[in-house]
Amino acid sequence: MSKDIRVKKGLNLKLKGEADKSIVDAPRSSIYAIKPLDFHAVVPKMVLKEGARVKAGEVIFYSKYDEPVKFVAPVSGTISEILRGAKRRILEVRIMADAVDEFVEFGKMDPMTADPAAVKTRILESGCWPFIIQRPYDIVASAEDAPKSIFISAYTTAPLAGDVDFIVSGKMEAFQAGVNALSRLTDGKVHVGVGKKSALGSINNAEVHTVSGPHPAGNVGIQVHHVDPINFGEKVWVLGAEDVAIIGNLFLTGQFKAERIVALAGTEVADADRKYYRTIIGANVTSLVKNVNTTETRIISGDVLTGDKLASDQALNFYHNTLTLIPEGNEYALLGWLPFTRNNIPSISGTSLSWMKGGKSKVDTNLNGEERALVVTGEMEEVLPMDIYPMQLIKACMTGDIEKMENLGIYEVAPEDFALVDYINTSKLEAQEIIRLGLDLMITEVG
Amino acid sequence: MKWVRNRLDQLRKPFEPGEKYEKFAPAINAFDTFLFTPNHTTKKGAHIRDVVDLKRTMITVVLALVPALLFGMWNNGAQYLYQERGLASVFDVPFWDAFLEGAILVLPLIVVSYVVGLTIEFIFAIYRGHEVNEGYLVTGLLIPMIFPVDIPLWMLALSVAFAVLIGKEAFGGTGMNILNPALTARAFAFFAYPLYMSGNAIWVHNGSTDAVSGETILGSLASNRFDGVVSGGASDAVAFASSSVTEVSSTLSSLNFSDMFMGFIPGSVSETSALCIAIGALILIATKVGSWRIIIGGLAGGAAMGLIFNYFGGLGGEYVSELVNSGQITLEQIKNDAGAVAALELGGWDATLLELGKNQLFNFPFWQHLVVGGFAFGIVFMATDPVSAAQTLKGKWIYGILAGFFGIMIRVFNPAYPEGIMLAILLLNVFAPTIDHYVIQGNVNKRKKRLKKAKTQLQAA
Repeated sequence: MSKDIRVKKGLNLKLKGEADKSIVDAPRSSIYAIKPLDFHAVVPKMVLKEGARVKAGEVIFYSKYDEPVKFVAPVSGTISEILRGAKRRILEVRIMADAVDEFVEFGKMDPMTADPAAVKTRILESGCWPFIIQRPYDIVASAEDAPKSIFISAYTTAPLAGDVDFIVSGKMEAFQAGVNALSRLTDGKVHVGVGKKSALGSINNAEVHTVSGPHPAGNVGIQVHHVDPINFGEKVWVLGAEDVAIIGNLFLTGQFKAERIVALAGTEVADADRKYYRTIIGANVTSLVKNVNTTETRIISGDVLTGDKLASDQALNFYHNTLTLIPEGNEYALLGWLPFTRNNIPSISGTSLSWMKGGKSKVDTNLNGEERALVVTGEMEEVLPMDIYPMQLIKACMTGDIEKMENLGIYEVAPEDFALVDYINTSKLEAQEIIRLGLDLMITEVG
Repeated sequence: MKWVRNRLDQLRKPFEPGEKYEKFAPAINAFDTFLFTPNHTTKKGAHIRDVVDLKRTMITVVLALVPALLFGMWNNGAQYLYQERGLASVFDVPFWDAFLEGAILVLPLIVVSYVVGLTIEFIFAIYRGHEVNEGYLVTGLLIPMIFPVDIPLWMLALSVAFAVLIGKEAFGGTGMNILNPALTARAFAFFAYPLYMSGNAIWVHNGSTDAVSGETILGSLASNRFDGVVSGGASDAVAFASSSVTEVSSTLSSLNFSDMFMGFIPGSVSETSALCIAIGALILIATKVGSWRIIIGGLAGGAAMGLIFNYFGGLGGEYVSELVNSGQITLEQIKNDAGAVAALELGGWDATLLELGKNQLFNFPFWQHLVVGGFAFGIVFMATDPVSAAQTLKGKWIYGILAGFFGIMIRVFNPAYPEGIMLAILLLNVFAPTIDHYVIQGNVNKRKKRLKKAKTQLQAA
């Protein structure tokens, strides 16, 4: 039974610098990197050493505490460098890419007729498993689990983010195969959230929900909450729609083809360059934009609300399909706190007249104030379309009160759902970080 | 601008991390960030941020207070000068005379409040190593606005110190306090120095001297309970109500509803003008800084309580009229001759009815209750303090309604505390966490029920 999800609360930030809807091939990056830090809570155990040759789809490290979960090379080449940080923590595994990829052949398989266990094994050994994210906790799913249901969001609402619907509508066959494969992994259903009039609405073997409303309606967690909320002890898997297509390709071709279509967005990108680029997971920023001055420009892997800050020569996040460049806002503003001034910045506050301005805005990374005690109430609720008290949950996370966090719905949220809380809150509170720490506490205490 | 910035950066140097006065950085930051919104960029979380910050929010509240403050200055000057000069009404005082006189009276209060309060805030910010929160910008202005104009400055200073130290910092500073700091200051002064905070003589400058009367409407309603019946010659409750205002006492004889609404009456520094408070309320609601739920709820609660009192007052009035019309007793006797009343040998409910009929506060029309005294000011500027109010949307309704309800109840039942709204809001401040607890518990129970259902389904399957 499909269900329309109509989200009322939230905020669509209308920003300048959207990517033009045309796909071009990006030049092949010379260096690709897999960053273990993209996989939250995974402790990597290296299989290969520096200098080793790899094929695309060959295992380079696995999860120390969940050994079947493998992480593979996205391209073929030579492991050029294993970058380590403090306490020898692995930051990046860099691969010097060959000119043409050589693939590990896993063999074709029809997931609908194959044994479910074989489907699962195939996904695990091919390195597609890390695409599967478990809720609660927003971490890579455990290989032992069977989820209550699987959710895929193909509706994009995040500001300047690559439109998944547009990206995946060109990969329908692979997407369908991926959905078929996923449907074998659960006794429950596969749910797909799509926008109105989406081509993806015709997908089989899944329950399609039409989603509408402002950001964060496109967040998969919001859709889970409205369709089949997570209770204590339950597990739901969520995937990005393009990742489903990669899994589908694995079953169609027998190869791990980590193709990623990345939207290059933001006001610091030249107008002509703001397009969608066909590239491969782990591609270096330099293959898309060159000569970026990082003191003036912030490079963000992902969208402006949830993305990671990158150096000018780093790789994109494993999961991200957006590269955003916006100006750094390290400038002073004379009397910037005066009410009804600086209306160019989108705001839900009544102390700004930005609603009168209309049109799109150019934004920078200025904090527009300083961190303060929590004083204002009622504003966080405006941007969290869940039956959850956000401020109370944040406070419970800050004090580490596990029972309270549980009661207030910690299992239903992910940091990205609180991205708008980050944005709008008066006290400049780091809500996403607080929720992440809260979830981490739950992992260690409850598991 | 660049030049100013460079000068500031130079001035700041000794306060930078690792330098001599590093510890005192919050103090200089407080001034610096007032001139310039800092160049801090986002480090984690969302990369872009809304323009709103606490400074902007608090300044908006200060803006909302300005009409009431300016009017308060004029009114305090006018209330004093017209009596001192023997004029017929406040409007006969030249505008600038009144405003300047009022400003001279009020400004010292504001200065003392800010200096004492901010000094303590700065000390605590440096001691705790956090930035100075802007909350006191509002509190520091609210406090003088709710004190009588003649309060000795040292008493004000002591009240401010008490409110900031015990009311706020003892609980952990801004955002952690249970009670509204401004009301804490007033309550402290109210109980510590009752002679300067209540009574009939203090509400106009030099009000205790013979030439000037410093009475408020509520005070006279409470003390001259019976005048309305006599002078109005009322035969029913409606007449009581309409007469009670116009004939309260000799010095207030020219008062009417429009005076009360506009605020041309004695009272605390800035609480009198319902019109200016309404302008402030509109600013708060339009900017979403103040909760409209609390404001509307408070007015509704106050009106409901007023209606209940009016109903019983009306019953009493009818009974008194009956007694008088049947010739058993005259109004004069009811007022002055306790023996004659006792001779009626009224028992039980009848005696109560007589008392109700005599009580002017009971018969004061409910909508007028909302504009006199500190009720409107309290509901708009005190009850909406987001830290001490209820924090959930449903909770805000309950909190607002109860604050208004109890405010009028305390005012009427205990004439010694005509400013019932102060105590009502403080009471509700204490209960706000409880209200929130039950609202949130509803959400928690929903979640638990869902879990139970999921479990039983699992077992069934």
